[in-house]
Amino acid sequence: MIDENAGTAAGTPTPWPGLILMSPAVTSCKNLIVGFLEWFGELGMFFWQVLRAAVTPPFEFREVYRQLDEIGSKSLPVVALAGGAIGVILSLEARQSLTRFGAKSMLPAAVVFAIMDETGPIITALVASGRLGAGIGAELASMKVTEQIDAIEASAVNPYRLLAAPRILACILMLPLLTLAADFSGLVMGWVTQTMAEPVSFYRFIHLGFKGATFHDLLPPTFKTAIFGLIIGLIACFQGMRTQGGAEGVGRAATSSVVLSSLFVIVADVVLVKAILILFP
Amino acid sequence: MDTTYQIATQPEDAKQDDSAPVVGLKDLHKSFGTQQVLKGISLTVGGGETLAVLGRSGSGKSVLLKLVIGLEKPDAGSVSIHGQDIAGLDLDRIGEVRKTMGFLFQHAALYDSLTVEQNVAFPLQHHKKEMSKSERSARVKELLAEVGMDGHLDKMPSDISGGMQKRVGLARALALEPDILLLDEPTAGLDPISAAEIDDLVLKLQKERHMASIVVTHDLHSAKTVADRLVLLYQGEIAIEGTFEELRHSDIEFVKEFLKDS
Ligand SMILES: Nc1ncnc2c1ncn2[C@@H]1O[C@H](COP(=O)(O)OP(=O)(O)OP(=O)(O)O)[C@@H](O)[C@H]1O
Ligand SMILES: [Mg+2]
Repeated sequence: MIDENAGTAAGTPTPWPGLILMSPAVTSCKNLIVGFLEWFGELGMFFWQVLRAAVTPPFEFREVYRQLDEIGSKSLPVVALAGGAIGVILSLEARQSLTRFGAKSMLPAAVVFAIMDETGPIITALVASGRLGAGIGAELASMKVTEQIDAIEASAVNPYRLLAAPRILACILMLPLLTLAADFSGLVMGWVTQTMAEPVSFYRFIHLGFKGATFHDLLPPTFKTAIFGLIIGLIACFQGMRTQGGAEGVGRAATSSVVLSSLFVIVADVVLVKAILILFP
Repeated sequence: MDTTYQIATQPEDAKQDDSAPVVGLKDLHKSFGTQQVLKGISLTVGGGETLAVLGRSGSGKSVLLKLVIGLEKPDAGSVSIHGQDIAGLDLDRIGEVRKTMGFLFQHAALYDSLTVEQNVAFPLQHHKKEMSKSERSARVKELLAEVGMDGHLDKMPSDISGGMQKRVGLARALALEPDILLLDEPTAGLDPISAAEIDDLVLKLQKERHMASIVVTHDLHSAKTVADRLVLLYQGEIAIEGTFEELRHSDIEFVKEFLKDS
């Protein structure tokens, strides 16, 4: 196959035959970029529509309440479980390395900071991306392909206001709370792990862990997850509401919401970590 | 009872006039990708008039109805409702227009997370906030009784048959007492008795409430019963428009073939 391409390249008077060899790659790369920009533009317009619908009456308070309940109760168990597991892992790892450096007394602080600064928020966001991205994406997509969203519109109700805005708002509000739950569960399990090796009271563990910590250390990382919530809710609603093509489309919407929202959560985290370091030195 | 929103959406009394078309379609074109579905459809429907739209499967009847309510956007041409062009209206403003319209989807499109009762209550909940709970549930029962579905209030849409879903969809379309009714195959999948009941209901509404209706149908008998005028779509255009008798005496080959069983 490469020989074939090289042949044509040699036959035509092109300044740089390598370009022709690469051209399929170049075009597919170009398509990818154009496709992404288009997608991103549409996402922006979608966000604008939702925002406009959300700030003008009638307000769908009942829907927001229902979504808070739904999203919170759906994700709390998984998030707490993930947080707990991370607590055990961090505690074990920290014990290993801190013992080696003879800084074992630092263990509680190491666990607290590792969990609250970065691991708790990002694990919560990734677990929520999976749970909520798939849930919201599939739910809205199945409404779309069965014309239920059209039916809402035909009943003169704005689907951005009724469906998208409450879900996105609930994600924004819930993520910090879920993060706190994950953090707490991580701390408890971190302590359990520690105390099994070397008994220490929970109170003392927490006291040592938070010694020297300020609100600046702990609040920004927790509240940045509201932005992760925005990303997850927005992408899941967008992917769901633009779905086309039957049951297959529903599956695709669920998968793409999860993949895209986890990806964008991680990318956003890079930016946010840096921003927090600059803003709260 | 519905004077409030009529005043809100039809400030000029002139528009209540029978002669002014309630629905006016001008030279509508619609394509999906390279497939041209509609190639220049012009139609008007007046108050108290029922228009039946016939055509083969895939001829664009459902697309035409969705253009009328703005769920699809035309590539060219215009749709006016009560004399107002709906192109370019944002969702909230087109919503004001849609409050005067009832739409029955071909596959009913009931909300699958809501019960039959909640489905019919949905438009009332959102647009008749002044209604008390008991008034609303009384109204919902009345609407469901009209379509013969008042015995199934608490069922989920997935637990009732296709024909029953269709009738619930019709009750939902009628909830806001629209003055324009758009029905996509209201009698498809119904037994002859239920179908005749739906036809009677449409006729009754047309008389009592002076509604303008567009009914898409494959059921020639129903078309003959309810429609004042019929149009037959063929290859994206209107092959013929007229009363049932006029259509039946047409010389056009396709029209003859289409109506040969009637
Ligand atoms: N959203 C869409 N995307 C692509 N093509 C579409 C879309 N909606 C309709 N079409 C195409 O438009 C054509 C007309 O569809 P439409 O649903 O209006 O047919 P119909 O006359 O209602 O048929 P039936 O009697 O079977 O309901 C079909 O060929 C269909 O494939
Ligand atoms: Mg159809």
